Order: sequence, then C-alpha cells, then structure tokens
Amino acid sequence: MVDVHLKGIVKRFGKTIAVNGIDLDIRDGEFIVLLGPSGCGKTTTLRVIAGLEKPDEGRVLFGDRDVTYLPPRERNVSMVFQSYAIWPHMKVYDNIAFPLKIKKFPKEEIDKRVKWAAELLQISELLDRYPHQLSGGQRQRVAVARAIVVEPDVLLMDEPLSNLDALLRVKMRSELKKLQRRIKVTTIYVTHDQVEAMTMGDRIAVMNKGKIQQVGRPDEIYLKPANVFVAGFVGTPQMNFFDATVEIRDNEIILDASDFKVRLPRDYLPVLQEYNGKTVIVGIRPEHIYPEGHAPTTAKKLSWIEGTVDFVEALGSDTILHLNTGSMILVVKISGSHHYEIGSKVKVALDLSNIHVFDKESQVSLLYKRQREVQLS
Amino acid sequence: MSKVSVMEKYLPYILIAPSLAYLLFFIGYPLAQGLYLAFTENGAFSLENIEYLLNSPFSKFWEALTDTFLLVLVIIPIQVAIALGLAMLFNMKFWGRNTALYLVILPLTISDVAAGLIWYSMLSTNGFFNKLLMNIGLIKEPIYFFGYEYRPMEFLAIVLTEVWRATAIVFVILFAGLQMISQDHIEAAEVFGANVWQRLRYIVFPMLKPSLQAALIIRTLFAFQIFGVVWVLAGRDIPVLAGEAYYEQVQLRHTGVAAIYALIIAAISVTIGYIYIKLFRAQYLEEGG
Amino acid sequence: MEESSIVKYYLRKIIVAGLVILAVLWVITPFVISILYAFASKTDYYSPNILIPLHYTLEHIQKLLDLGATRAIINSVIVAVITIIISFALGLPAGYAFAKFVFRGKDSLKLLIIGLRMFPILVIAVPLVTLYIRLGLNDTLLGVALAHTAMALPFVIIISSSIFAGVPKELEEAAMIFGLDRKGAFFRITMPLALPGLTAAAIFTFIMSWNEVFIASVLTLTNRTLPAFILTSAMAAPDFIKFAAGFIMIFPAMVFVFIARKYLITMWGITLK
Ligand SMILES: Nc1ncnc2c1ncn2[C@@H]1O[C@H](COP(=O)(O)OP(=O)(O)OP(=O)(O)O)[C@@H](O)[C@H]1O
Ligand SMILES: [Mg+2]
Repeated sequence: MVDVHLKGIVKRFGKTIAVNGIDLDIRDGEFIVLLGPSGCGKTTTLRVIAGLEKPDEGRVLFGDRDVTYLPPRERNVSMVFQSYAIWPHMKVYDNIAFPLKIKKFPKEEIDKRVKWAAELLQISELLDRYPHQLSGGQRQRVAVARAIVVEPDVLLMDEPLSNLDALLRVKMRSELKKLQRRIKVTTIYVTHDQVEAMTMGDRIAVMNKGKIQQVGRPDEIYLKPANVFVAGFVGTPQMNFFDATVEIRDNEIILDASDFKVRLPRDYLPVLQEYNGKTVIVGIRPEHIYPEGHAPTTAKKLSWIEGTVDFVEALGSDTILHLNTGSMILVVKISGSHHYEIGSKVKVALDLSNIHVFDKESQVSLLYKRQREVQLS
Repeated sequence: MSKVSVMEKYLPYILIAPSLAYLLFFIGYPLAQGLYLAFTENGAFSLENIEYLLNSPFSKFWEALTDTFLLVLVIIPIQVAIALGLAMLFNMKFWGRNTALYLVILPLTISDVAAGLIWYSMLSTNGFFNKLLMNIGLIKEPIYFFGYEYRPMEFLAIVLTEVWRATAIVFVILFAGLQMISQDHIEAAEVFGANVWQRLRYIVFPMLKPSLQAALIIRTLFAFQIFGVVWVLAGRDIPVLAGEAYYEQVQLRHTGVAAIYALIIAAISVTIGYIYIKLFRAQYLEEGG
Repeated sequence: MEESSIVKYYLRKIIVAGLVILAVLWVITPFVISILYAFASKTDYYSPNILIPLHYTLEHIQKLLDLGATRAIINSVIVAVITIIISFALGLPAGYAFAKFVFRGKDSLKLLIIGLRMFPILVIAVPLVTLYIRLGLNDTLLGVALAHTAMALPFVIIISSSIFAGVPKELEEAAMIFGLDRKGAFFRITMPLALPGLTAAAIFTFIMSWNEVFIASVLTLTNRTLPAFILTSAMAAPDFIKFAAGFIMIFPAMVFVFIARKYLITMWGITLK
C-alpha cells in the first residue's frame, strides 16, 4: 500500500516519443484508470511504473522512495500484461502460484490462494491445463489471477478484460472493483474502453500522444472536459463540435454558427467577454439535444433550431438522429425507441446549461480550464 | 476422378522422389558397400580388417576412440556454457548489438582446416600469443603448442580452436531460441519478484530446452566427425576416428579398415542422436488437449 | 537507496559492455592476426619483437598460388557450382512440395530428410571410392560434387521449403484465379518472391562445399579442391605459406557471408532446427 508519484516522465523509443512529460500523483489505495486511444503511451507508462523501462527523464516515487532505477522485483508490484505473458511451459496452477513460490509462501497458503483466485476468475477447472490448451479469454483470466494472488504495493493492469465476452466482462469489472476495495491496493488500470473507465475508476487520467489531458473523477471527465480531445474521446456518440463566432451586444451573447444562432445565458459572460468577434469551438453532447416533446422538465435554458433527418440509428434503448442543419450534421440521442421519417423536418433544442466552449487555437475549454492546465502538442 | 486431380494427388510425391532417391542411394549404398568392404577380403568373408584395427601396432584405434570421446567431452560443455552465456548477453539491448552479433558469428563460415590454420598463426612458436607474452615479459621462452612431445598442449590448441570455431553454431541456435521466448515472459517473472537466477531456472531454461536439445545434437554429432582441425594442428599425434579413416584410406589404402571407421562414426552418431531425443523432452509442447 | 540503485544500474551496463567487447575480441583477434600474418614479410614474422608486422608482401600468397593453389581454387569453384546446380535442381521441387502440398506421409518424410541431414556424411566417402573407380568417377570433380550434393541436398530441401512456405498461399491462389496455371503461378509469383532467400541458400551451399575437406580428400588424388590441396601440400610448407593458405580459404566465405548477412541467423536457425 503506497502512493505513487510520476514526475515529468519522458520515454523515447528512437524517434518516437512514447511518453512525453507525465506528472501524476496517485493516492494510496486509489483505483486510477489510464484511458486513451491506441498508441498514446498507456502501456509504456505502466512499464515505467513497473520498472521494466527506465524513463529518459523524470522520476518515479513510491511514497517518498525514489524507485526510478530500482529493478522491478524490488518494487513489490504486480502486473497483468497486455499480452498476458502466461508462461507456456507451466500449467495454469503453476502460473498462478509462481509469484507466491518466489516469495516463499508455505505450500498450503499457496494452494489456498491459487484456488481462491481461480474461483474468483472462474477458471477452477482449468488449473491442470497448459496455456496452449486455453482460449484467449481464459488466458487473460489466468493473467489476472496471477496478478492478484500476491498482495502487492501497486497493482498494474494493462487492459485485463479486453478479451472477455460482454457478460463476463461486466461481472469481472465488479469483481475486480470489489476486490480492490477490500484489499485497498493502489491500482493503475489501463483501458481504452470508456465504459470500463467510467464504472471502475476512482479517478480517470485521459491520455493522448504521450501526455495526460485531464485527471479527474469520472463525472468530472464527462461533465467538465478540459479540452476538445477529452470532450470528444469520452461519451458515445461523440460530442457535436462546430465553429461559431462570438458576438456580444448589450450584455447579450450570440454564438453565430453558420446555419443558426444560439443565444447564451448571461452566466457565460465572464469567460466569453474577451472572445467578442472571435471564433470558438462549441461542443454539445448528443444527449443534451432534445427533439420537441423530449426535453426533460428540468432543462430550463433551451435554444431551438430546425433540421432535416438524414439518418436514423435505432438501437432499441436509444434512438440516434443525424440531423442536417444546412451545412453540418448534428447528432442527437433520444432515450427509448422512436420513429422518424428520413427527410422529415425536426425541431430540436440545445440544452444551454450543458454547452462547452473551447478556444479555437489551444482547444482548451474556456469553461473548465482551471481543472488542469493543458498544452496540446 | 479427373485426370487433373489424379495428377495433383501424386504431384508432391513426384516432386520429392528424385531427392529422396538420390539421398537414399548416396547414403544407403555406401553403408552397404562399407559393410561389404569391412568384412570381406577378396570377395570372401573375413575379419582381417577388424583384427588389424584392434591389434595391429600400426592401428591407433583405441587411442583414436578415447581421444575422440575425450575431445567431445571437453569441448561440448565449454561450447554450450559459453554459447548460453553469449546468447543471454546478446538477448539484452545495447548499443551496436547487430554489429557485435555479426562479428561474433563470423566463425560460422570458417572451415575446420581454415580455423586450424588461423589458430596455428596464433599459437605457433613465432605466433602472436607467444610474441605477446614474451613482449610483456610474462615468459622468457616461447610456449610450445605443437609437436609429439607436447601432446597435452596440442590437445589444448585443438580445444581452443574448436571452441573458437564451433561455439558460434551453438550460440546461433540458442540465441534464436531465446529470441523466440517473448521478452514479456521474462519480464513477467521479473515483475513477480524473480531474481536473475530464478528467471533462468524457472522461465528461460525450460523454454529453451528444445533449442538446447537441437544445439547439443548437432554439435555432438559434428564433434564426433572432428578431423580438419586435428589434422592441421596435431596430425596423428592426437588420433581421432575420422582422421584415422582418412589416414588408412589415403595414405595406406586400407579401404576396409577405413570403412570400419566410417561405420563406427555412423553408429556412434545414431546412438547419440537417439539418446538425446529420449533424454530431452519438452513436455509442454507434446501434451495434447 | 536511490544512489545505490543508480550505481547498480550503470554498473550493470558497464559489465554488459565489457563482456560484449571481450566476446568480440575473442572472435576477431585470431582473424585479424592470421590475415596480417598472411601478408607479413618473413623477417617481421620471425622477429620476436615485432608483434604487429610492419612490412607487408604478396609473396606468400603468390608462392602458394604457384604451388598449385590456383588450380585448386578453380577446382573448388567448379565443385561448388555443380553442387549448387544439382542440389537445387533436385531440392527445390521437394522443398516446394513440402511447403505447399498436404499429402499422406508428409511429416514422416520431412523427419527422414532432417534425419539424413544429421547423418555424418563423411562416412560415405570411403565406400564411394570403390563405386567411383568402377564408374570412372574417381578423382573427378563431378564425383566430389555428387558427394557434396548428398551433403547439401537435405539442407536445400529444408531451407527452400521454409522459404516457399513464407510466400503466402493467397498470392499464388490469386494468380490462379486470374488465369495462371499452377506452373505459371509458381514461376511468375512464388519464384520471384522467394529469390532473395534462395540466393542466400545458394551462397550457403557454396560455402558448405568450399569448406568440405574430408570427402574431397578421400575422393581425389590429382584434382584436389582447395581444402584437400592445403591439407596435403601446404602442411609441409613454412608457416607463412600456411597463413596465406588460411587467408585464401576464409576470404571468399567472408565476402559471401557479408553479402548474405541479413539471412545468416535465420538460415542457420532454420536448417539446424
Ligand atoms: N519497444 C518499443 N519500441 C519502439 N516503439 C515503441 C515501443 N513500445 C512502444 N512504442 C511506441 O510508443 C508509443 C506508445 O506505445 P504504448 O504501447 O505505450 O501504447 P498504448 O497506449 O499502450 O497503446 P495500446 O492501447 O494500443 O496498447 C507507440 O507509438 C508505440 O509504437
Ligand atoms: Mg498498450
């Protein structure tokens, strides 16, 4: 049990910069999720924490102990590898037991723990098999079991559930989360599945191009994205973005998008004052646009526009409308199943209390930039 | 069945047949002929060649047998140990690895005769080694490596040369085997607290077993055929089986005796190959679902 | 704590570098020395104080060539080329069959070939003499090449099968869909793709034959290949002639290997499996 601090970590592989200056403070017992697209440096960050890579710059601290140059085995960490790294010459049992054997646990204790972990991951019947006799998902669960049998100071998991079927994945999510709460191990969990990130993380660190874009609680990440990248990466369907010019007249804020104008409430005045006459990026999530008759009664500040139905995705639980407003497409999400004719005209309301405004140049949110100072490369 | 598919069905056999026939002829015929040569004299069954081999004062059979085994027993463990160490060294990442790798495996291309000559230039009385030691003042008189009265030194020279020349083959096989072990597997052990020795013992060695087996078989089989190096460095001072076969055939025209040597080498090879295959077994690769 | 782990980390790096340098020196020094000595002047070689020769000459090489090495080199090249031609003519079809067909007995046949590769091939030399005398092949280059083919053939089959297997089946199938027959597909698609690998395999066959000494010595008397010539003639010559002989033997091998170095490790890896 230890808190982990990354200070200015940089890691290069030849010309590629895999990790480009990461600062992150992870609290003792926290479950933090590294979320980001493929190739953004998540695995590399994890490997630096594990000690499998030496950073080119920066330090790794466990508590106040500098472990930057410490070999992995002196760090008391445990890891689920993205590639599983299950040893092919050992049976499943021996794979899971290995960390315990190395740490010289007594035989009965090893047996107890291996059986417990196997039970938890539903691989009890597989203990006597060799890895090549397992499916991908089964191997992955062996990798998870092996990582949790010991009680490490830091538990590192690199997409540990990526290969499981939907049902099992949901179950394993809650099992892992429960387990982590119980043993209170500091956990760093890598995924590019945002649902996983939202449901499991105490906090989420969103990464892109080797940098951390934002760190925060799941609801913060969703409601107050610090920049265009985070806003676009979290949430499905993706947030609608469009350019608009800010016009401030007599304390009235008008966002002039080419197809329509939106009048913003006065609350936005302090942040938008200096943008008078300039272009900004406006963002609004599909679930914050309501067709006539679907606006929740709590939504007060609405701005109505009209568009033509271009395309409908009927998902059953939700209906996704692609609305042509002239020169752009707005994506609208309505819960429940509804019927719309393609080509028909629909009036929708933008929920102005859930609107996001970003600087056109820096792409940083004008509303939530205090969350974290971020520079995009 | 149509004509085309009949053709397709037999095509692979047709493609393989010439090679197979060639090999079976060029190996099968000499074996049979060898037996005939060994055990006949003027067309009649005879043990004269065996008699000569075992008892003649001109025959160095027993010496050749013991010296060959002795050389194998000394050379192979050294080669495997060095090759294993080197393979592990080169499995790490370091600057200039590819160049170093290329240089280290250069001896792969060197024949035994050439290797013998190269080491002769190192170890001869006026060679590099003696000059070096004399110039830094470690020795006053040159160390003699060659000549009948210095047979232990000749033996040492042969060992050095063989280790220098043929360790590369073992190294390449082991290195290829190591490279096939995904780095993740070793790193995983490292993360779970295994130290260097434990990683070798529990992860690397078991997974390297098939390569180790291949390297051992190949090296041992070739070692029993040792000839060129010995002939260049020691002649018949240190007799070996292949060397005696050469001597009996080329110098003395004792074709029958030479054939017996050949058969003995073949028999040893087959036995050794069999023993190795029985001895090593990568269980995890064989146990099916 | 922090200090000592940094020290340990760099210490490890230094040890690794040291070991690598040691290994490279161990391999390279004899090469360099033998090449230097092959060209060293007589006086430099016999002078006890001159470690690295200062005066160089082509005299030894020249003398060796005059002694009959020129003829031997030509013989060696002829034997190697015939070996390549026969072993490829026989081996490529077999390698292709193993790579691209599924047929009964495939595994056993392949195992047999690998087993034959392991067979101590020098064993065949002595009995072959009798046969060759009867066939008039004794002391001929063709005779040596035929025996060398027996040595190289399993190698050619195994290596070419793995090279052909590396050419995706779909490429050939696509060609067949677009109107080529199997033969056309082989010559127009598979062959060009396999060519670099096969060239490297040919180089290795060359070196195998070039280096082989036992069979060549037993099967020839006057038509010596280079190693056989050196084994009989050069051994009685003065030291510097021997060094020259060593140089002539290793030189083409090293040049060829430099050309094919990309394939070096994979090739040995495959053939020795
Ligand atoms: N050993 C390496 N050598 C060279 N480049 C590497 C190496 N490891 C990672 N990279 C590069 O560094 C970048 C980050 O890689 P990393 O594996 O950390 O991504 P990731 O976020 O884990 O991606 P994914 O979600 O696909 O697993 C990538 O561009 C990758 O190509
Ligand atoms: Mg990754």
